[in-house]
Amino acid sequence: MTTTTGEATLAARGLGHAYGGRAVLADIDFEVERGKFVCIVGPSGVGKTTLLRCLAGLQRSSSGSVSLSGREMTEPLPGVALVFQDYSRSLMPWSSVVHNVELPLRANGASRGAARTEALRALALVGLDEVAAGMYPWQLSGGMQQRVAIARALAYRPTLLLMDEPFASVDAYTRADLEDLMLRLQRELQLTVILVTHDIDEAVYLSDQVIALNGRPATVAEIVDVPLGADRDQVATKSTPEFAELRARVHGLIRGSRGTTS
Amino acid sequence: MRAKRTGWPATLALELWLPVVLVIVWWFASSASTSVYFPPLSSILTSFAHDWLDPVGLAKNLVPSLQLLALGYSLALVSGIVVGTVLGLVGGLERATRPLLETLRAIPGVALLPIFIVLFGIDVQMKLLLIAFGSFWPVLLNTIDGVRGIEPLLLDVSRVFRVGRVRRLVSIILPGASPQIFAGARTALAISLIIMVVSETVGGNGGVGYFLLAAQRNFAISSMWGAILALGILGYLLNIVFRIIERMVLRWHRLQQARLESHS
Repeated sequence: MTTTTGEATLAARGLGHAYGGRAVLADIDFEVERGKFVCIVGPSGVGKTTLLRCLAGLQRSSSGSVSLSGREMTEPLPGVALVFQDYSRSLMPWSSVVHNVELPLRANGASRGAARTEALRALALVGLDEVAAGMYPWQLSGGMQQRVAIARALAYRPTLLLMDEPFASVDAYTRADLEDLMLRLQRELQLTVILVTHDIDEAVYLSDQVIALNGRPATVAEIVDVPLGADRDQVATKSTPEFAELRARVHGLIRGSRGTTS
Repeated sequence: MRAKRTGWPATLALELWLPVVLVIVWWFASSASTSVYFPPLSSILTSFAHDWLDPVGLAKNLVPSLQLLALGYSLALVSGIVVGTVLGLVGGLERATRPLLETLRAIPGVALLPIFIVLFGIDVQMKLLLIAFGSFWPVLLNTIDGVRGIEPLLLDVSRVFRVGRVRRLVSIILPGASPQIFAGARTALAISLIIMVVSETVGGNGGVGYFLLAAQRNFAISSMWGAILALGILGYLLNIVFRIIERMVLRWHRLQQARLESHS
């Protein structure tokens, strides 16, 4: 598998997946360039999580391939970090916050001291201080726990950050906060992010590109560029006509296929 | 759950009042006893002090038992956790061996004493193996369940972040299974104590069980009662030690459960 565009961090080629003969994904094709924030959006149950698991190398697709910087993803490759929707289950309840963040560092050869320094730095990036670092994750609010999961992913210094409905389990205010946090971090650290969501507003607000999924089995309806600039604001950006237009367009792409049968 | 808020003096008082009352009742009810089988508590306590509170008696009667118990129980813990982890991680192996394990588990450890005597003689290694064998099962089965019950998302996390086998075992699998491992270890401790006493009634290696039987055969009824008392106290103290260790190791679990309860 060779990638022609040198800039592509991740490429999915003809990706398809079936569970026991029932196809959920078919012919998914896209590339994600380095330093881009890309959201994959589609209705619930369309196979988004399956797609993300294939992108992370946690699951082999039935057909097609995924490659990271030209290397085929048959297992989780170095440099790919993942933030799950369910922070309460993805953090280790028996370890302190800082130990949770240290895990990927220690696992990849960092010394105890270096891991601690890096972990505290990553926690500071998401706005958690040393007091929070010493607590158990379940002693924190949901939003704070998801910050811990984000810090753990950042500490890994990922070339690609995957996020599976990361803000779907927190309240609306926390969600807006976390969205802005991710936008800021993505700009500051020049992260390549692929975020899966069912929320069209969220997808448009965060993205440089929106990959709209539709159909059963799900396929890429269209890849929509989002030229809303680097500086975005929950109120101002969402009130612009451009935002409304993009939102309507993505909505149409997703809904347009609702009735079609395969 | 309100009792959780009370301090340790209150807890101590709560735990001690009934034994104290019973001892007082026992003391007065038995003080005038002339029955050979139910001697006055005062004479039982005299025997108890003689047999269990002086260093010579302790070294002869209690130390061999404690050594046996510690070794047998440790052997059960280590082998139960190791085998349980392997079976828990290899799903097919666990399903294939489950019926056999459940059957073996159902056999009371002490019922195997005769066959163990035939196989291993009546010396200390037989007793050690019998204790280990009998208390192995609860540790094993609970470890299997604990390991199989590990949050799958955490295993995904460990794969994505490329956590190696050893670290995954130490940082995720064993801590995740620890509440259930402790539940098994607690049952195993009670079984160990029972098998220890019974196994000591054969052979001549000393120990509480041997002492108990010897006292009965020599018609030293006060000493026999004293030994029973000593066993009760030993079991109680072992349980306290166990609880202290459990509270330390599973501190996170206890606090988390308390939090879940208060939120529901």
